[in-house]
Amino acid sequence: MKKIIPFAVIGASLALSGCMSTSISSADADKLTADVIKTSFQDKGIAKVSRLEQDEANRLCSAADVAGKPLDAATAKAIEAAQMKTIKWPSDGAFLGDFKAGEKVAQGGRGLTWSDKAEQVNGGNCYNCHQISKEELSYGTLGPSLYNYGKLRGVADPASPASKAIVEYTWGKLWNSRAYNACSNMPRVGHNGILTEAQIKDVMALLLDPKSPVNQ
Amino acid sequence: MKRKLALVALLASSAMGLAHADAVEDGIAKYREMLQDGNPAELFEMNGEELWTTARGPKKATMEKCDLGKGPGVVKGAFVELPRFFADTGRVQDLESRIISCMAALQGFDEAELNKTGYAKGEQANVRDMATYVAGASRELKIATPQGHQKEREMYEVGKRLFFMRSGPHDFACATCHGEDGKRIRLQGLPNLTGNPGDGVGFAAWPAYRVGNAQMWPMQKRLNDCYRQQRFPEPKFGSDATIALSVYMGVNAKGAKSIAPAIKR
Repeated sequence: MKKIIPFAVIGASLALSGCMSTSISSADADKLTADVIKTSFQDKGIAKVSRLEQDEANRLCSAADVAGKPLDAATAKAIEAAQMKTIKWPSDGAFLGDFKAGEKVAQGGRGLTWSDKAEQVNGGNCYNCHQISKEELSYGTLGPSLYNYGKLRGVADPASPASKAIVEYTWGKLWNSRAYNACSNMPRVGHNGILTEAQIKDVMALLLDPKSPVNQ
Repeated sequence: MKRKLALVALLASSAMGLAHADAVEDGIAKYREMLQDGNPAELFEMNGEELWTTARGPKKATMEKCDLGKGPGVVKGAFVELPRFFADTGRVQDLESRIISCMAALQGFDEAELNKTGYAKGEQANVRDMATYVAGASRELKIATPQGHQKEREMYEVGKRLFFMRSGPHDFACATCHGEDGKRIRLQGLPNLTGNPGDGVGFAAWPAYRVGNAQMWPMQKRLNDCYRQQRFPEPKFGSDATIALSVYMGVNAKGAKSIAPAIKR
């Protein structure tokens, strides 16, 4: 059944393209795009052309965006389940690090472009898209506000059993956002090696530690 | 009426004292001057115009017979109808790749060499300036990226797919940042380029002078730096991917007034 659905979608988009001004089928456009990608990019610094190889989740979400309609529920669930399996939980069982170090990670936006070095410490890019602490006024709006993240979710003691579910969810969301939302725009921070486990712990503390400026 | 105004002005200035009036007028004149000359892009534009009409290259020819799509020698209005399909090269070309084709055909420059030359280096600085000049000749005109040719329609479809292509370590697509209205990164507003963002925004603003780094950026450089920040590998200069994206943005921005060369933060 899972395999039948995508074909139905392709059929529908072909029928649609017939009444639009385009005179190229969706499948032909896909093929042409693949050819263009092959000839248009080159390695530069640490950014190699291999970065253009999409995994299944990116391929399906990109196609849904082109078609202008969300993935069907079954496909979305399948992506989320597969991404969930990639989450690595903290090796020593401790979820929270230091919120002050977390603020630095959240502020940092460098790393992994072709003008960056492989050995440099990456930033989390968090403030680029989210409000986090109240003091930082220069924040982006692509993601939701995270101000009072822990407080709003009733986290008084992150180590308590009552906080377990939200602490685990937050770790999982940071490690691989697509485990919870198949086509989320948020980078898969742990899964794709953007931040280290230690850095993620520090960001966790920034969001969940009751002493963090985020929860004041 | 004019005389009456002049009289009033005279009376007013004598009442305030001539020295003060001069200072105010000086201030206003300086302010007007600043507005007139406020966009350094105009310096690049002027240099571009001079390059366009100067005999250069191995063939010692000018660019005045360059066909930018509206016939040899027509510069005004050409920018807002680019990229377009060109029969002589058999491909859809944007402003900069077309200028390079003309430099090769008319002036005898080596096209491959020019494409390989880094941004703003050597002859690429001249390409930048001529692109700024050609764009400036379409100020206030409406974007009208053509879709009459099959190859132009194909490039739109390719551009759309590239725009939504999520990849790289951050899974970013162009659409991640430019797919919704009213969003920003830090404090920087982000135009939604999946539709028409309006007069002088997005596609209708580049080439633009960037005050922050004091550089003049044509669209090729703009797209190159987008891809850098997207954590993608580098798009080759004048590659089909960059041109397809321009077609996609241009067609989406149909009817938006061009303010290129704009001035940016």
